[in-house]
Amino acid sequence: MQIDRRLFIHFDWVLLGIVLGIALIGILNLYSAAAMIEMTGIPYYLKQIFWLLIGLAVMVTIAFVEYRYYSDVAYIVYCVALFLLIVVLVYGIITSGAQRWVRIGPFSFQPSEFVKISFILALAKFFHRPPDRKGYALKQLLLPFLLLLVPVGLILKQPDLGTAIILLLVFFSVLIFVKIRWSSLLTIGLTGAAAVPLLWSLLKDYQKRRIITFFNPNLDPLGAGYHLIQSKIAVGSGGVIGKGFLKGTQSKLGFLPEQQTDFIFSALGEEWGLIGSLLVIGLYVALILWGLRIAVQARDRFSAILAFGVVAMLFWHVFINIGMVLGMMPVVGIPLPLLSYGGSFIVSTLIGVGLLLNVSMRRYLF
Amino acid sequence: MMELNTQKMEDFQGRYRYLVVFVGLAFLLIFVRLWSLQVIKGSELRHLSENNCIRLIENPADRGMLFDCKGRVLAHNRPSFEVYLVPEDAKANPEVLAKVAGMLNITPEEIEEKIQAQKRRAPFRPVKIKSDIDWNELALLESNRVFLPGLIVDVRPRRAYDYGDLASHLIGYLGEVDENDLRQAKEAPYRMGSLIGKYGVEYQWENDLRGVDGGRQIEVDALGREIRPLGVVEPFPGNNLFLTIDADLQKTAEEAYKDKNGALIAMDPKTGRLLAMVSKPSFEPFARTISPEEWKTLVENPFHPLTNKGIQGQYPAGSVFKIVTAIAGLESGAITPNTSFLCEGTFHHGNRDFRCWKEGGHGWIGLHRAIAASCDVYFYQLGLKLGPDLIARYAHEFGLGRATGISLPHEKGGIVPTSSWKKKRFGAWYSGETLSFAVGQGYLLTTPLQLLMLISGVANGGKLYLPQVVEKIEDIYGNTIEEYPPVESGRADVSQKTLQIIQEALKGAVNDPYGTGSAGSLKEVKVAGKTGTAQVITLPEDFKRGEMKRIPLRFRDHAWFVAYAPFEDPKISVVVLVEHGGFGATAAAPIARKVIEKYLDLTPPPASKRPERESDLEYAD
Repeated sequence: MQIDRRLFIHFDWVLLGIVLGIALIGILNLYSAAAMIEMTGIPYYLKQIFWLLIGLAVMVTIAFVEYRYYSDVAYIVYCVALFLLIVVLVYGIITSGAQRWVRIGPFSFQPSEFVKISFILALAKFFHRPPDRKGYALKQLLLPFLLLLVPVGLILKQPDLGTAIILLLVFFSVLIFVKIRWSSLLTIGLTGAAAVPLLWSLLKDYQKRRIITFFNPNLDPLGAGYHLIQSKIAVGSGGVIGKGFLKGTQSKLGFLPEQQTDFIFSALGEEWGLIGSLLVIGLYVALILWGLRIAVQARDRFSAILAFGVVAMLFWHVFINIGMVLGMMPVVGIPLPLLSYGGSFIVSTLIGVGLLLNVSMRRYLF
Repeated sequence: MMELNTQKMEDFQGRYRYLVVFVGLAFLLIFVRLWSLQVIKGSELRHLSENNCIRLIENPADRGMLFDCKGRVLAHNRPSFEVYLVPEDAKANPEVLAKVAGMLNITPEEIEEKIQAQKRRAPFRPVKIKSDIDWNELALLESNRVFLPGLIVDVRPRRAYDYGDLASHLIGYLGEVDENDLRQAKEAPYRMGSLIGKYGVEYQWENDLRGVDGGRQIEVDALGREIRPLGVVEPFPGNNLFLTIDADLQKTAEEAYKDKNGALIAMDPKTGRLLAMVSKPSFEPFARTISPEEWKTLVENPFHPLTNKGIQGQYPAGSVFKIVTAIAGLESGAITPNTSFLCEGTFHHGNRDFRCWKEGGHGWIGLHRAIAASCDVYFYQLGLKLGPDLIARYAHEFGLGRATGISLPHEKGGIVPTSSWKKKRFGAWYSGETLSFAVGQGYLLTTPLQLLMLISGVANGGKLYLPQVVEKIEDIYGNTIEEYPPVESGRADVSQKTLQIIQEALKGAVNDPYGTGSAGSLKEVKVAGKTGTAQVITLPEDFKRGEMKRIPLRFRDHAWFVAYAPFEDPKISVVVLVEHGGFGATAAAPIARKVIEKYLDLTPPPASKRPERESDLEYAD
């Protein structure tokens, strides 16, 4: 395949700049937050740099392949991702434990991360056929619902509540974006509300406990409630200007669980204060708004929905994670893009960015 | 490649404005929250973080109690005073450590060690310094509390076993959670230092007994003293367990052993419920981390006090196994009850002489008498007719060679050799080995519980019940959480006619004048049983049976006795193993008799009416 010279002219340097900015802050923050964690082997920030480099390489590759190819293989990619999920589950059953990882040689990765991307691909593929004037009707949505429920069921079995929630939110965001009938929306909403008790019964005890604790932290001041209180203290103690790089105490003394992944933002808030937090949040807002613009300016339906799905995924990750750290939302394991530690997560985020770049630089082509 | 659709793109453009507003509002919410935390509450929260003044005080739940089948308390909890230290708070005054050490009669180094041992402890987590302090120590600490920053004295429930070492192997013991336990119980709320069942029922029913720990989150001042509670969770006690054993019967059984070692299990053959479970020597049950020295003495004791020999000990079954050989003979048609073999005291096979326990031999002998008098030569010849695989088949019918599935940790499965089993490991099967196998020696290994299953199955017309140790679980309000009804775990494929012949022979073994098990007989009821002797070492050919007491204890044979009673309507079956006890007839049978006597509530006859008989049967196998 020959690469069009115009691609370089239209390359979205703004998007790349924002992403690199956030990633750089992420590395610095991880260096500081995990500085006190006693562990053997390579420190977190170095591993994160390694994964970031791999992710950037994958991102560039993804960006330069014409997205029409992706449209052709969307469902195949989706099925492969599902297959990996099942592999993980079966393997998990054999080793009798929660299992989210597939090992390939020295690397292990979480298929549920790549399910997010493949799910967005499949949705874009499905909705690229336009609806009638009023929008999609309920019976036309049968396949998309199936596309949603199969991976959600498999992921809940792992159990990984966070990723399942992200899939759900991305799905409904896309539904609204592609225009469905108001009556359909209403029906879905009511059915969803009716299904809540059923879903509740499917949750594991510790997941229920987290949600109950969110609504009343005093119920469990020793477990999840303790983490919430400590997280709020960490962020709040940063004040306006923060305690300074490497000077945070709360996030380093082991008060917080998973301080290098889900609670990474509390370290940022503690050390960089309101100013630092707003800078990072500002970068995220810029990323999301820029992404939205890419979506609505895309050349065709497939790429528009693809771009929108990626933006929706990023938005919900950022919003829920920060909301959780600030005690506005229940503690569900949803990491913060480009800031949280995690190889699979950073790679899947950068694949998403690669898709955005791809759509962005091709809107004038064809 | 398909051309991509560009219709209705205006739908998307129309959405843009709303989406921007939505994103804006979402982040406005986050901004407001951030402002309130970092600007409005900023200095307050900074103060909290700088003093690190939130402490977690754990409050473990009362562990579920253990009762026997009559509701007697086997294990409960008593309050105990425990001393904790928050090292971060004590650091400011180095002399605190020395002072506390002095008051508790320990060295400061010991305290330092305990702090070091919990390296992965979260900061400001209290470290336990000493458990179960007495009133004098408590008074001393309390009166000096003001001068001892970082010191916490708390009341904790402590496991207490009022019957001492009674049924210690069944009950088990507790220990502190180790890293391995933590890894296995990812979602369970264990913390470093909390107690967890490590053995026996305490281990097997850990999830029911544990309860839910509570605790308090408190704010403290600079010296670690409580200012106000931030949250409290009351602990919730664990569920109570009703065991199937009877503490009285258990006591009788354990006392019958005196200073001997071995294992005894009594069971209701019609339900599979264990009535007593003894393993000797026993240990004092404990609920703590015991010192390395104590552990060493327990583990290095040559008589293995920490092993529940009833399910973990594997021994040759000895003559008890003749029951299986006889069943195999009858079922396969190799013999009838009237088939006789000649016993001349020895049996020549290959180039070896195989001896009968009775030096002069039994003469021409039939099946009933061969079992009752435990003639070895009869079974050598029967064994040769059958071959190892046929014998093994009937051993398997009664569950030998595999774990019974009792809900207790570390049960062993034993070994029932077959010709193919041997071929895989050692090579071809020799016919001489069949002779040993037929009388329960050689490669055969069984646990006492397996032999109890065998005798219970014979008593019960072939029906086998899963052995159970817990009857039901109740919560603290007395509501039944779970019941354990009898479970039929299998049925030996053996005809009732065969079993009746065997039952009669077993009755003969205890009640006939020539029976080897007469030491197990009772006046009031008919007991059926079988003696056995398991060889520990091969004795020289010219060794006289009566000389057993002259060889070192650890080389003496193990004594077996299996029995059930009453003969007509079995209510109890018993297996008795006396390690290095010599002969089943003399060492094991009297213990079984005492247990049956106690359980059937018969008054034991005065000792004088049972003169010690010095006869041939003294050494009977």
